[in-house]
Amino acid sequence: MRYLPKSPADREAMLKAIGVRSMDDLFAPIPAEYRLSGDLNIPRQMAESEIVDWFKLRAKENAEGYTSFLGAGAYFHYRPVIIDALVQRGEFLTSYTPYQAEFAQGTLQAIFEFQTMISELTGMDLANASMYDGSTGAAEAVMMACRITGRSGAVIARSVHPEYREVLSTYATHQGIPVKTIGFAESGRIDAKELQQAVTDQTACVLIQSPNFFGTVEDVEAAAEIAHAKGALLVVSIAEAASLGIIEPPRTADIVSMEAQSFGVPLGFGGPYCGVLATKEKFVRQMPGRLAGQTVDKKGKRGFVLTLATREQHIRREKATSNICTNQALVALMVNIFMTVYGKVGLRELAKQNLAKAAYAADQFGKQAKVLFGGAPRFNEFVVQTSEDPYAINSRLLGHKIVGGLPLERLYPELGHAALWCCTELTTRSMIDTAVGLVAESERAVRSMKEAEEEVTL
Amino acid sequence: MKHMTRKATRHISQNENLIFEKSSPGKAAWRLPPLDVPEVDAAKLLGKQERKDLGDLPEVSEIEIIRHFTRLSTWNYAIDLGMFPLGSCTMKYNPRVNEFVSRIEGLANGHPYQPMKISQGALRIIKTLSECLIEITGMDAITLQPAAGAHGELTGLLMVRAYHESKGNPRKKVLIPDSAHGTNPATAAMVGYAVENLKSNERGMVDVAALAAQMNEDVAALMVTNPNTLGVFEQEIHKIAELMHAKGGLLYMDGANMNALVGKARPGEFGVDVMHLNLHKTFSTPHGGGGPGSGPVAVKKILEPFLPKPTVISKPDGTLAFDYDRPQSVGRVRAFYGNFGMFIRALAYIFANGPDGLRQTTEDAVLNANYIRKGLEGVYDLPYDTPSMHEVVFSDKIQSKKGVRTMDLAKRLIDYGFHPYTTAFPLIVSGALMIEPTESEPKEELDLFIEAMKSMAEEVEEDAQFVLEAPHNTRVSRLDETQAARKPVLRWRPEHP
Repeated sequence: MRYLPKSPADREAMLKAIGVRSMDDLFAPIPAEYRLSGDLNIPRQMAESEIVDWFKLRAKENAEGYTSFLGAGAYFHYRPVIIDALVQRGEFLTSYTPYQAEFAQGTLQAIFEFQTMISELTGMDLANASMYDGSTGAAEAVMMACRITGRSGAVIARSVHPEYREVLSTYATHQGIPVKTIGFAESGRIDAKELQQAVTDQTACVLIQSPNFFGTVEDVEAAAEIAHAKGALLVVSIAEAASLGIIEPPRTADIVSMEAQSFGVPLGFGGPYCGVLATKEKFVRQMPGRLAGQTVDKKGKRGFVLTLATREQHIRREKATSNICTNQALVALMVNIFMTVYGKVGLRELAKQNLAKAAYAADQFGKQAKVLFGGAPRFNEFVVQTSEDPYAINSRLLGHKIVGGLPLERLYPELGHAALWCCTELTTRSMIDTAVGLVAESERAVRSMKEAEEEVTL
Repeated sequence: MKHMTRKATRHISQNENLIFEKSSPGKAAWRLPPLDVPEVDAAKLLGKQERKDLGDLPEVSEIEIIRHFTRLSTWNYAIDLGMFPLGSCTMKYNPRVNEFVSRIEGLANGHPYQPMKISQGALRIIKTLSECLIEITGMDAITLQPAAGAHGELTGLLMVRAYHESKGNPRKKVLIPDSAHGTNPATAAMVGYAVENLKSNERGMVDVAALAAQMNEDVAALMVTNPNTLGVFEQEIHKIAELMHAKGGLLYMDGANMNALVGKARPGEFGVDVMHLNLHKTFSTPHGGGGPGSGPVAVKKILEPFLPKPTVISKPDGTLAFDYDRPQSVGRVRAFYGNFGMFIRALAYIFANGPDGLRQTTEDAVLNANYIRKGLEGVYDLPYDTPSMHEVVFSDKIQSKKGVRTMDLAKRLIDYGFHPYTTAFPLIVSGALMIEPTESEPKEELDLFIEAMKSMAEEVEEDAQFVLEAPHNTRVSRLDETQAARKPVLRWRPEHP
């Protein structure tokens, strides 16, 4: 076996040194009836070339070469090549959680820089070292709000990513956190009146997403006012991190839960991604997850350590803020490098291109079909309502090697034949024009069919 | 320097400031293509929602970024540099072909919502890995959705709860041995269970008599790690399972130490009802400085209806699809389908090994741990002389007489060019040194480690103060953790306001 660094003679010598006759002696602690006698029924040992071929075949079955208008919590942005060059350095890739600080200053300083940039981008005082993803991060943020307020109810907007809401419901069920859901108004934003009615002095927090699932930018300040008036916290979930380059961050929120996948993390069929929590300074001791902090060594030299560990499971056990242990460190490093590459000016220009592409596309789609939620600003996603079922339109688009917008019928049946379209800096004008052309054809076909039907009835 | 071994030599490493301290306006490491659609007026589109300033984000060039992160990387220790004997963490070699195949276009760029028709490759990977892991664990069904080990525990206990609820009573308690990892009790609390401690016996195993006394119809499950955190196989595991099942309880196995069992024994055969695996331990996906992980949960038939949704099913036409129609499911524990990139890596590892390679891997892991145990017996105190599987736990009993504790020894071990073992865990051993070499170490590296550990023990006798002041050879000396926690500085801020 090519990963095992021992010759048969080494093994013999070691067995002899230990004082046993055979390998079987070492496994004697396992009762004989549970010791496997034969081979596991799994594929035989493969050569590296065979492994590569097997996965290349899977990639071929998996839509290689398609471009897409899909977003909905997973965004296709350009990834600068230096990201993979740097994260594949063995000293990052094959190191452990930096508990032994003197031997892990590289990882620790990188986390400290990550925490700084995330705080800056989200408009919060500080951020943690990462959470699994945006969905579990949002659920943890709600639990954190419950600990801070000593209350147990949550109010959540229906315009939060449907899968984030499902995860919250899984987490909340056994913590005794009742969850109330509020709807959206014609603008696509949360229904402020409904929110006002839903928030009581039992509410721990209000959870909204901005830009929300439909791509609409919420009025965070208004939501914060409503929540704060009743002593509740405002948690803002951000699924499209790139929006922060051009959209005002949710400064009036108390906790921000962000999915940072947009920043240099491959789509990878849904993971691994990079969640992160950011919050106000006064709430830090209720925050879950690892934190790197600055300190000095014995000679007064600057260094970094993991800190405030008394929040964590390895110290507090059942009284910890969360059970989280392993996080998304290497993915956070990708995010870190991405933020460093684009920086203060680039992130704004990148966001501006996204804004321009989506504005153009929404404009073009709007000439052929109905683009919903025009009453509020949006970032890079929008909802298009068509006469025909979007699945049918999408299957024609597939013929052009284009994946159309996400049909919303299963998630939001009240929107009818609607789909969520996303444009990033990688979406080309010709892709947009092709998609709009097919939607136009579809609309024309439905119209002429209707006219034909009307003629028959006449 | 006192005793030094042949393992490491001091060498120059570059200093490097925070990236913010290198920033100056006008430097850039990016360029966007020309916009092929009309420019927009952000102020007009966004109104008061337009962001004008990105604060203290850096402005630097590409070469500076390359040097910045490369320099930082050289301050880390890593498996690629040498032995990383952290107990219960299974720091094994992370094969590079895993990284290569996970970056193949089409897998790396697959969108989680792309139509099933063009997702067959990804679904096939999920299905194949699921089948392999079911075979390896001897269980009946599996979910790959959990993002890490602790997340797997959460998922497993949610299923335990759903199972008991389906019988009319969720029950109140989860039993957890005092040797368990901290995530176990923290997880039980998240699922709404009270935690009841279970004492270990004098051999470091679950005290079966105590379990019999504590087990009743209020207990939902026992969470046991096997081999446990002492590296000891729970020899009465079947009795433990019988005791649990007789009173309607379930047996949860924390699979953190599965590297001692793969290809040699299957938890499904010794009475385990539900267990999680850590793909980033047993199945070689990289730890990456703390993550990402992946924590699949395997279950017996009785728990299958409660698996998170969606699951992957084969359709009559032979294609694969996600199944969302699972009325008894505990729901979703994560958006999308889990850390898919880790599935690719774990499957590549299984392919590279095959049944014979996996068995040999486990054998070598156990061989290495026992070789270290033999080499250090008498030099360090062995609190439990029960046979070791893949890891061995010593204590600092001998050295603490000179005032040197496990953490001090760990810091001195750094000077010798090794990453420390796990310190002060499990909690049932005072001053524990928990050593897990994994199968990835050649005999020469193990000999160097034993030599270093012995040399350190001599230093304690000769000059304890020298060891207490370690590390001596690192970029920074021992860091002030108290100050870090008392007045937390968790981000950089510019010096002038």
